[in-house]
Amino acid sequence: MSLLELRGLTTVFQTERGGISAIEDVSFDLDAGEILGIVGESGSGKSVTALTIMGLLPQPPARIAAGSVKFTGEELTTASPSRMEKIRGAGISMVFQEPMTSLNPVFTIGEQIMETVRAHEGLSASAQRNRAIEMLDRVGIASATKRLNDYPHQLSGGQRQRVMIAMSLACRPKLLIADEPTTALDVTIQAQVLDLLMDLRDELGMAIIVITHNMGVIAEVADRVLVMYAGRIVEQSPVANLFDAPQHPYTKGLLACVPTLAQDRHRLIAIPGSLPEPALRPAGCCFAPRCTYCIEACRAAIPPLLAQPDDRAVACIRADELVAP
Amino acid sequence: MSSGAAQLELNADIPAAHQHPAWTTLKRLLHHRSFLFGLGLFGIVLLAAALAPWIAPVDPTKLAMRFKFRPPGSEFAFGTDNFGRSLWSRVIWGAQLSVIIGFSVVVLNAVFGTLIGALAGYFRTLDNGLMRINDAMMAFPAILLAIGITAVLGPSTLNAILALAIVYIPRTARIVRSSVIVLREMEYVQAAIAAGAGHWRILRRHILPNAMAPLIVQLSFLFAYAVLSEATLSFLGLGAVPPTPTWGNIMAEGRQYMIEAPWIITIPGVALMITVMGLNLLGDGLRDVLDPRLRIQQ
Amino acid sequence: MRTSSLAGLILRRIFGALPVLLIVSLITFGLMRLIPGDPSSVIGGLSATPAQLEQIRKDLGLDEPLTVQLLRWYGGLLQGNLGRSILMGQDVMSVTLQRLPVTIALSAYALIITLVLGLASGILAALRHNTWIDQLAMMVAMLGISIPNFFLGLLMIIFFAVQLGWLPTGGYIAFTDDPIGWLRTSTMPAISLALLQVGLLARITRSTMLEVLRQDYIRTARAKGLPQRLVVMKHALSNALIPITTVVGIIVSLLVSGSVVTETLFSIPGMGQLLTQAVLNRDYPMVQGGLFLVTAFLVLINIGVDVCYSLLDPRVRYE
Repeated sequence: MSLLELRGLTTVFQTERGGISAIEDVSFDLDAGEILGIVGESGSGKSVTALTIMGLLPQPPARIAAGSVKFTGEELTTASPSRMEKIRGAGISMVFQEPMTSLNPVFTIGEQIMETVRAHEGLSASAQRNRAIEMLDRVGIASATKRLNDYPHQLSGGQRQRVMIAMSLACRPKLLIADEPTTALDVTIQAQVLDLLMDLRDELGMAIIVITHNMGVIAEVADRVLVMYAGRIVEQSPVANLFDAPQHPYTKGLLACVPTLAQDRHRLIAIPGSLPEPALRPAGCCFAPRCTYCIEACRAAIPPLLAQPDDRAVACIRADELVAP
Repeated sequence: MSSGAAQLELNADIPAAHQHPAWTTLKRLLHHRSFLFGLGLFGIVLLAAALAPWIAPVDPTKLAMRFKFRPPGSEFAFGTDNFGRSLWSRVIWGAQLSVIIGFSVVVLNAVFGTLIGALAGYFRTLDNGLMRINDAMMAFPAILLAIGITAVLGPSTLNAILALAIVYIPRTARIVRSSVIVLREMEYVQAAIAAGAGHWRILRRHILPNAMAPLIVQLSFLFAYAVLSEATLSFLGLGAVPPTPTWGNIMAEGRQYMIEAPWIITIPGVALMITVMGLNLLGDGLRDVLDPRLRIQQ
Repeated sequence: MRTSSLAGLILRRIFGALPVLLIVSLITFGLMRLIPGDPSSVIGGLSATPAQLEQIRKDLGLDEPLTVQLLRWYGGLLQGNLGRSILMGQDVMSVTLQRLPVTIALSAYALIITLVLGLASGILAALRHNTWIDQLAMMVAMLGISIPNFFLGLLMIIFFAVQLGWLPTGGYIAFTDDPIGWLRTSTMPAISLALLQVGLLARITRSTMLEVLRQDYIRTARAKGLPQRLVVMKHALSNALIPITTVVGIIVSLLVSGSVVTETLFSIPGMGQLLTQAVLNRDYPMVQGGLFLVTAFLVLINIGVDVCYSLLDPRVRYE
């Protein structure tokens, strides 16, 4: 049994123009100690997937229309709100993109870490304090004991992100979801934070889902990759295979967009067109309007995610033909 | 929730390529429930005020002792007071007075509040001095200052207008000043300064038009405050001199007869309520459409 | 917060308020001198001879040039001597000390009602956003800011005092004399005073809470698995109270303003009623001194609000 199992997860948002599915038929497994990267453009459904797992989407207007999320065998989609409160922070934790605004400005960072511990474990005040100091140390904040009494505005962006990570790991969750953890940070700090995540995975044996639109981060950190487009998974693969031989035309496009030093081009490559509006998705393959390999059959029906050798899967009816990189 | 919903980028109305922003604002206002309701309520009052000479032809000051204390009914729509005067006439003409006073206070605020606020916000040297005086004016409880000024000038409609204008201008100036200070630092203003544009030109063309939104919202609520405050002043005996009817002084006179003739205080009171509520709803609508960020301030 | 820096903050605010107080006293002085007619005829009465009026004027120091009068006024201020009320026959300070507590007690009663009802309904409306509770609360709040407080006062008198006879139509019993009596005479005035403020506070609390609940740190608090109650009462409220505190300062000023009419309506011997009478009767020293004291009191309250604000928001504290 995997740590996290998603089967056919579909989340729908109710709007004035009817229900719009933000994600459709999302399925994947995650084992302990694995780092899974979810990559895709803005609007592809990466964050919605994470928020659905965590149960953080407000129930109107959002609604889980179909599918299941099993965490250590327990079904989360039907769990009660108080059950979800116990799981969040202690079983599954989440780190968000904007460190500058994700911490409460009127409480010290020490208090914000300690209250997580207080909510999930019955430790004494001094034990809570020690745990907070321990976590700040672990994430590389110098003079942790003094920093406990600092307020968020006294810390830099990189430090705040570390504090967020410390806070999310304070109760030793089995799974950490990091939604664009480095996007708002300077490049040098990005590398440090990614290294930190990998070290923590090695030490604590937890699983991590890293959500990003940056292929470089994926290459750096992920064991396996999910590529999402327009709310669906279009490709799944171990990381090395993905970069060596991408199977879905979208993935190929994404990789081609990353400029390399070896290229001799005067213009950056982009995938022509843009993500369709959720309400106006085409009937067949969502990527068809932008795909260079598109044929009639592609527009007829949504291509299913089919398993491939080497633990891969792709949702493209022409995947076998288009083997060339 | 923030990230999930934001990613959906629902664009319900994609504006036509050349739609003028003022037109879209107007359309949004006309779809705003509070705004429409407020417009309806205030519109009734405005209409009554405008049509006073035709719908209330009876002289509101005319005494007719044989009709005194008639309750509202078929003869007198709103009844009569202790002097037999038609309450209908008095309330309608009172409406006209309230609207005129409110409007005048708003206009004076618009002109002088903007002037002072813009000067203080734009010219840093003037800011300190102007704001100190401003703060001193705002430190007085509003009614007390208004009473003091009316005492100096004497009770009359014009003086009530002046007193209320003086009391509220500092508040308006503050709001304009806040906008101007922020706008002054905007890059397109810096660019204009760098290009050598004169101060007045910058104020006129770049800063003030963009400071209009919070000002308009404030002026709408100000109309409401002015009507309420004027009623309070005339209730206390300051303001238009009887027998000129204002809702406030009708209620003051009717107070002694509140048991035998409760309609004398009730009807003007309800009229006041309708007017002020209409204006407040208008203000809410304007605020929601023009600048939702202002919600915290009001 | 360290006590030395708290004291420092208070001192700084007081120093900052001094120029404002200076201008306030100047304005009150100027205002009184501009009133046409002078107190000598009020005191002397209609039958006084010009010589007698002249004598009265001399006694009051009104014959001296304006600048001298101004300096006397400032001199007196510094000594705590604000002159003598013509109407009341006592010095302004002692009259104020008799009347101000009455107004303060009434305003405090109204403030408590405001805080409890305003905050509770605002928070509830925000938590039940777009439900009938929200709409109802906001409709009542809208009524609150639209009904003139003297109208509500009159309606309450007609209903509760005249029709039902539960409460007296007016008058005042001091709390120290008879707490129950004070409650009976102060309840209707306090409610009519509080109405506007409850509406205002409810609206602002609701929008502030809605704004705060949208923030990222609330999402973080939920993601940590904190119970909803804690997310709202600890994380959201602590941030919402910051702008709300500023509003409370404005509300206190509005309460003093409102008490002018309320005291007159319910015949309560407070500062508001006193000052109104003083203005109508040309009691210069009373208006000058009384207005100054009331305003100084409000400036002090605003300094208190400022200090609270600093205590609540660490970003301001550590600047």
